[in-house]
Amino acid sequence: MRVLDKREKVSRRGFLKRSGAAAVGLIGLSAGAGMVTGPNGAWALEVKNLKPETMATLIQMARDIYPHDRLSDKYYVAAVSGYDAQAGDDAGVKDMIEGGIGALDTMAMAQHGVGYMKVGWEEDRVALLKQIEDGGFFQTIRGGLVVSIYNNPEVWPLFGYEGASAEKGGYIARGFDDIDWL
Amino acid sequence: MAAPYDLNDDSVVVVIGSGAGGGTLGPELAKKGIDTVILEAGGRHEIEDFSNDEWGMFGQISWLDKRTTSGSWRVAKDFSGLPAWIVKAVGGSTVHWAGASLRFQEHEFRGLTEYGDVPGANLLDWPITLKEMEPYYDRAEDMMGVTRTHNIPGLPGNNNFKVMKAGADKLGYKECHTGRMAINSEPRDGRGSCQQIGFCFQGCKSGAKWSPLYTEIPEGEDTGKLEVRANAQVIKIEHDDSGKVSGVVYADKDGNQHRQKARAVCLAGNSFESPRLLLNSASSMFPDGLGNSSGQVGKNYMRHMTGSVYAVFDKPVNMYRGTTMAGIIQDESVNDPSRGFVGGYEMETLSLGLPFMGAFLDPGAWGRSFTGAMDMYDHMAGMWLVGEDMPQESNAVTLHPTEKDQFGMPVPNVHFDDHPNDVAMRNHAYQQGSAVYDAVGATRTFPTPPYPSTHNLGTNRMSAKARDGVVDKWGKSHDVPNLFVSDGSVFTTGASENPTLTIVSLAIRQADYIADQMSKGNL
Ligand SMILES: Cc1cc2nc3c(=O)[nH]c(=O)nc-3n(C[C@H](O)[C@H](O)[C@H](O)COP(=O)(O)OP(=O)(O)OC[C@H]3O[C@@H](n4cnc5c(N)ncnc54)[C@H](O)[C@@H]3O)c2cc1C
Ligand code: SF4
Repeated sequence: MRVLDKREKVSRRGFLKRSGAAAVGLIGLSAGAGMVTGPNGAWALEVKNLKPETMATLIQMARDIYPHDRLSDKYYVAAVSGYDAQAGDDAGVKDMIEGGIGALDTMAMAQHGVGYMKVGWEEDRVALLKQIEDGGFFQTIRGGLVVSIYNNPEVWPLFGYEGASAEKGGYIARGFDDIDWL
Repeated sequence: MAAPYDLNDDSVVVVIGSGAGGGTLGPELAKKGIDTVILEAGGRHEIEDFSNDEWGMFGQISWLDKRTTSGSWRVAKDFSGLPAWIVKAVGGSTVHWAGASLRFQEHEFRGLTEYGDVPGANLLDWPITLKEMEPYYDRAEDMMGVTRTHNIPGLPGNNNFKVMKAGADKLGYKECHTGRMAINSEPRDGRGSCQQIGFCFQGCKSGAKWSPLYTEIPEGEDTGKLEVRANAQVIKIEHDDSGKVSGVVYADKDGNQHRQKARAVCLAGNSFESPRLLLNSASSMFPDGLGNSSGQVGKNYMRHMTGSVYAVFDKPVNMYRGTTMAGIIQDESVNDPSRGFVGGYEMETLSLGLPFMGAFLDPGAWGRSFTGAMDMYDHMAGMWLVGEDMPQESNAVTLHPTEKDQFGMPVPNVHFDDHPNDVAMRNHAYQQGSAVYDAVGATRTFPTPPYPSTHNLGTNRMSAKARDGVVDKWGKSHDVPNLFVSDGSVFTTGASENPTLTIVSLAIRQADYIADQMSKGNL
């Protein structure tokens, strides 16, 4: 049967070259001076309205909510980066995110002695998220993510989903019935 | 007279809504030479405007006006502002529908007699029988080009169907095939055959799937006797001193209001908007809502027992390729109370694209259990479970006491609690659906909860006696002689089959009745 190559086609370094950000080479996300950058400088994002630490934590939170180990950070960055502009347009959004992330960090500090980003195990970060999952902040972020992650055409090939097919003539000659293992 | 018609022309029949019911009835009347105006709340989007984009099409043509929910059904928790997935556009929900077109079974027209006095259920027999419906089913199947009827071959099975079929065979199910689908398996009626595009829910780009948008409605318009006025949302039905309907008030896309006079009004706005409009049309003569002397307007809301089962296999399936719902197991669609519930259910293939799968596989879920399933998207097979649910008087569409829509009309609240029979049936269906996939080696199965309702039924039900329901066996109001209901809200009970073939058959039958009554001078 016709199966897709689900490997990522774009080089992880491409983003860095295009954005011109400096490599940091730390494990985990690092933030500073209006810029959020990923490990090994794999990606970088400029933030104007949210604190860079807040955006970095939000990106980690996005991955912890919908963890896909085969998705590189850039897809999570893409899924939440829009909040920076929204925070600029709407003080309510800014307060919700800064407040929500601030509270999450406070909880992490109380329970682990470090901020959310520095809590080492996903399991421990998820336990923190569990404590806020019924709240408006978490629900807003999760509800946005479930669309912004899976509705991004760039991730579709990585899940083996082919997207629009009408312009390719449908699947009538492209494997609608090619299953071969039954 | 010929279309277009004047607002003051009181000789026209006004049809409200252009979906399966209204989009069939209007053109049928026009073909009989009856002057007809369809008022449709949504816009007109032709095939060129469709895109293979799940959220894009959803945003473009769904009914997104405010609605509220209450009750213990899971939809009220997962999708509190979206109790139903219904289309607001010319063609109505048939733009999105999957095309499964099944006749009801004989016993399903006799719910009360067959199932007995089920506690908590408000069962009633239909005032019509399968025998009376058969000629209309036959005409509808011919008109819609339903496969496996009228010598139309079945559709070819896609990957998702092949998995279902292999499991059904292993379990010993006998009635498993690619369905009776209003989708061309070969060119017919000026439309081509299915290209296995796989976006049936987003509007069929090839036109192989039946929708009145590009079949009956243009044919009706060609007669010169049908005007379809899009972006015309009816907000009130008016009557004269004698208690007969005289016209309707509608708002155009700029919110300006107009009054269209009418000789008769046929209401086909689907099962939330039709009762809502009757309730919003209350007057001193009809204080509880137009045609509501029984108090049954809005009551007995049914949505079918639904749920889905998705399963993951160690090898790829690619279920998204090809027709969304061309696969069915019918063996459980019988009344066998030894299973612990009355009525039956169908199992039908279903696939969602990655974007919708994220939102609907397990609404609200997050974390590794969920993403582990999503990681196996291309190894998934899926089916939808659809069965007869019990009518309950307390499951109802009512007017919200305070919330208003953009035209100042109270919004509908939709209240629903599962009946214990619905719950028992769903659990049985989850178990059997999983067994189908386990039989072919599923490594994980998911009992997926109901989506926002696509089958909305029963809120203006048909009854032999005026006190038990809202309309008679022709869909005519028990109280108002020139008011008809022409959509799925007239269903007395829901049966286990997808409803649209029955909605269309009833609309064809109603058109014959209206023409007959007009020729006799009764209307
Ligand atoms: C994704 C999906 C898949 C489906 N698959 C199947 C299937 O395979 N088989 C099946 O049998 N059924 C299926 N259905 C259900 C089917 O589409 C409906 O049962 C059918 O279309 C209902 O017909 P209707 O005439 O009652 O309402 P609709 O088709 O919904 O039409 C109602 C129309 O009335 C208009 N309207 C409402 N209020 C007003 C107003 N006040 N003024 C003017 N216009 C108004 C609406 O905009 C709409 O266009 C599916 C539905 C969906 C959403
Ligand atoms: S699969 Fe067939 S019916 Fe469905 S959208 Fe494609 S061509 Fe139309």
